[in-house]
Amino acid sequence: MLATDIKPLLKNFNEYKTGKSELKAEFKEKNPTKPVIYVGAGTCGLAAGADKTLAKVREYLKNKNIEADVTETGCIGLCSSEPLMDVQIPGFNRISFEFVSEDKVEGILDQIFALNTPKSNILAQFRSKDFRIWENVQFLDEHPFFKPQMRFVLKNCGIINPGSIEEYILRGGYAALLKTYSDYQPVDICDIIEKSGLRGRGGGGFLTGRKWKFALGTESDHKYLICNADEGDPGAFMDRAVIEGDPHRLIEGMAIAAYAIGAETGIVYIRAEYPLAIKRLKVALKQAKENGLLGDNILGTGKKLEIKIKMGAGAFVCGEETAMIHSIEGKRGMPRPRPLFPAVSGLFGKPTVINNVETLANVPYILENGAESFNSLGTEKSKGTKVFALSGKISLTGLVEIPMGTTVREVLFGIAGGIKNGKKFKAVQIGGPSGGCITEQNLDIQIDYESLIQAGAMMGSGGLVVMDEDNCMVDVAKFFMDFIQRESCGKCIPCREGTARMLEILENITHKPGSGESHSALERINGVIQLEKLGQVIKETSLCGLGQTAPNPVLSTLRWFRHEYEQHIFDRKCAAGVCTELRTFKIDVDKCTGCTICAKKCPTGAIIGGKKTPHFIIEEKCIACGACDEACKFDAILIF
Amino acid sequence: MDLIQNIDTIIEKYPKSERPNLIPLLQDLQEHQGFLSEEAMVKVGKHLAVPVSNIYGVATFYNQFKFEPSGKYHIKVCRGTACHVLGSSTVLVELEKQLKIKAGSTSRDKMFSLEVVACIGACGLAPVISVNDTFHAKVSAASIKEIIESYKNM
Ligand SMILES: Cc1cc2nc3c(=O)[nH]c(=O)nc-3n(C[C@H](O)[C@H](O)[C@H](O)COP(=O)(O)O)c2cc1C
Ligand code: SF4
Ligand code: FES
Repeated sequence: MLATDIKPLLKNFNEYKTGKSELKAEFKEKNPTKPVIYVGAGTCGLAAGADKTLAKVREYLKNKNIEADVTETGCIGLCSSEPLMDVQIPGFNRISFEFVSEDKVEGILDQIFALNTPKSNILAQFRSKDFRIWENVQFLDEHPFFKPQMRFVLKNCGIINPGSIEEYILRGGYAALLKTYSDYQPVDICDIIEKSGLRGRGGGGFLTGRKWKFALGTESDHKYLICNADEGDPGAFMDRAVIEGDPHRLIEGMAIAAYAIGAETGIVYIRAEYPLAIKRLKVALKQAKENGLLGDNILGTGKKLEIKIKMGAGAFVCGEETAMIHSIEGKRGMPRPRPLFPAVSGLFGKPTVINNVETLANVPYILENGAESFNSLGTEKSKGTKVFALSGKISLTGLVEIPMGTTVREVLFGIAGGIKNGKKFKAVQIGGPSGGCITEQNLDIQIDYESLIQAGAMMGSGGLVVMDEDNCMVDVAKFFMDFIQRESCGKCIPCREGTARMLEILENITHKPGSGESHSALERINGVIQLEKLGQVIKETSLCGLGQTAPNPVLSTLRWFRHEYEQHIFDRKCAAGVCTELRTFKIDVDKCTGCTICAKKCPTGAIIGGKKTPHFIIEEKCIACGACDEACKFDAILIF
Repeated sequence: MDLIQNIDTIIEKYPKSERPNLIPLLQDLQEHQGFLSEEAMVKVGKHLAVPVSNIYGVATFYNQFKFEPSGKYHIKVCRGTACHVLGSSTVLVELEKQLKIKAGSTSRDKMFSLEVVACIGACGLAPVISVNDTFHAKVSAASIKEIIESYKNM
């Protein structure tokens, strides 16, 4: 059974085949007959309280007897302004509000239904040709966060209802798939994608069209397409946002890819930590199937495609292609040597293509607008746009999609509004645990695969975690090492043991030896020399990308922030105050009343002093735990 | 008795001797039982015709699987990069102090359990924790106390 709204599409498809109409569905902004209220209800929105906002909106409409539609959308990308609520009154531009916590709902809706522009919480209005403008409200495409963006992958995110296949189609969705089926042979699709210059957005940066050609050229009775939605880089969340906000775009991209390589089974391997994305994807897959866009005889063309969901089980290494294949086969997710490349022998020994979510989500755009339109954007070797996830110590956090070649400075200081609270920028980590940091002197490099590597970082999946003067780079390096060391699958000794050893060295640097241990400055400096050597060995001798990139964060911080390491080693100080064990504690003799409470609480017995006389801390015994500071009622503990 | 029934009904949903179903089956079991018991793993082994040692090998490889029951309120603390640079380590320390348990364990009264996860995907609102899949954004050591109290009094 076809939903009624799909019929125009099919009619369109048939007319298109007979040459009667242009398929590129001209999207016309629908003028709703009743008001529509949209609330951004992605994971980030919900975390900011969107569910309460939603409930309040519904309650308001009920109490005031107003007939309106309430729609849950995905995330438009401006996470730091959530909860976000949009209102479209018939005949007026859609207008967007920020920081709409439940207590703000009533005031805003009162104003808007009276057709007054509310005084606060306004983000911007959407531009349209036909509707009335809200006076003195800036347009979304003029807002500094959105203006420099070019949104292909995120086009619909936060704007449409991800639970409605009709809305996707009305905005031109699935047109690219129909065009694919009627106009092209699989090899043409591979050609177009190769010509577009699209490179894998999962980290490797391999030319997607070329990868597809390998699989297309391998004869087999069965082939697989796997979508990598494991999104392992902690700090990246674009794949989640695409699936939550516009799941049909991924399905369409997968359908085109499957056709191009000759696969009839698609698998989405998705993080179990993304329950909402899984839920929305399931709904979308069901709708696509019900409407004949997936299944045994797609739109009567005789083409077949089934897409299944496999949930990851929380192992970073499963983002690696061969590990993922083992995981889907029901085994421990351990990588195996390549070649044999998965495109030749992958899942169950069959040719398999693995692509990242963002890679696949780019495909419908390229098919619809041509390779040239994509290829004309970006730098010499990195084409098109890239989605970046902004987080950390930056004013505006969220997702931005910008042409390749934009400078890091433009992203951080132009789009995202610079560092929070007027602090000083220190570094931005790009590429997650496999990447490195970009510092002040490299802010003007253009973002593309090659220039990032030159600067000692890498594209990875596009997570940008910003750090300011209050962050300690030795601590950040230790954080990544700790992560990688736990996630190493253990197959190769350099990766398994080497990362553990590197972590140990970093811990020595940031740790104060307890009584009985002794770490002299000489040992610590030895450690740092070893860090570099070890890092090199791990990089050169590990089997998979995890081990090969594991030392990057340490090597990168050593390169740019050597002085911070030296400070930790020689002065035993952490200027940012993050490595708490390196703090020095003293007692203010003027404030100490000699109540003895700190001496009782000190776990190492480092505090001496008689009753009613000022106490004293023996520095050699102090482990800087801070127990005395917590215990003192007279504010007499001084910390340096 | 009830529990055993439950294990069997879940396992029966999956075709026999099909290894690729192992992880989905374990996930299904954990979802319904809260953890993987020895008994469940033995039964899965029989059903899929895979040695139990092998099943245990797979289950322990993945961070998702737990081998002891969680508390009534299961708290996940994000220790991803974005959360880390915004102070999630102090949040974790505070939680451990408040609940008097270490990450990875369950309180004696079975009310709370604490788990560390890599990233929940709400990095733009870091630091983030979740309690039984309800998210709390931009938490701090101070706000943690209130959140815990609200669950204690529920
Ligand atoms: C340790 C490790 C983790 C990875 N994690 C991911 C991931 O979470 N998501 C992803 O898309 N690719 C990840 N990759 C890259 C994939 O192995 C693979 O290159 C990619 O999915 C291919 O798709 P693409 O060509 O579309 O980028 C990871 C690689 C390694 C070595
Ligand atoms: S490099 Fe590390 S993660 Fe990769 S296979 Fe070797 S041990 Fe496993
Ligand atoms: S790093 Fe904590 S939610 Fe992503």
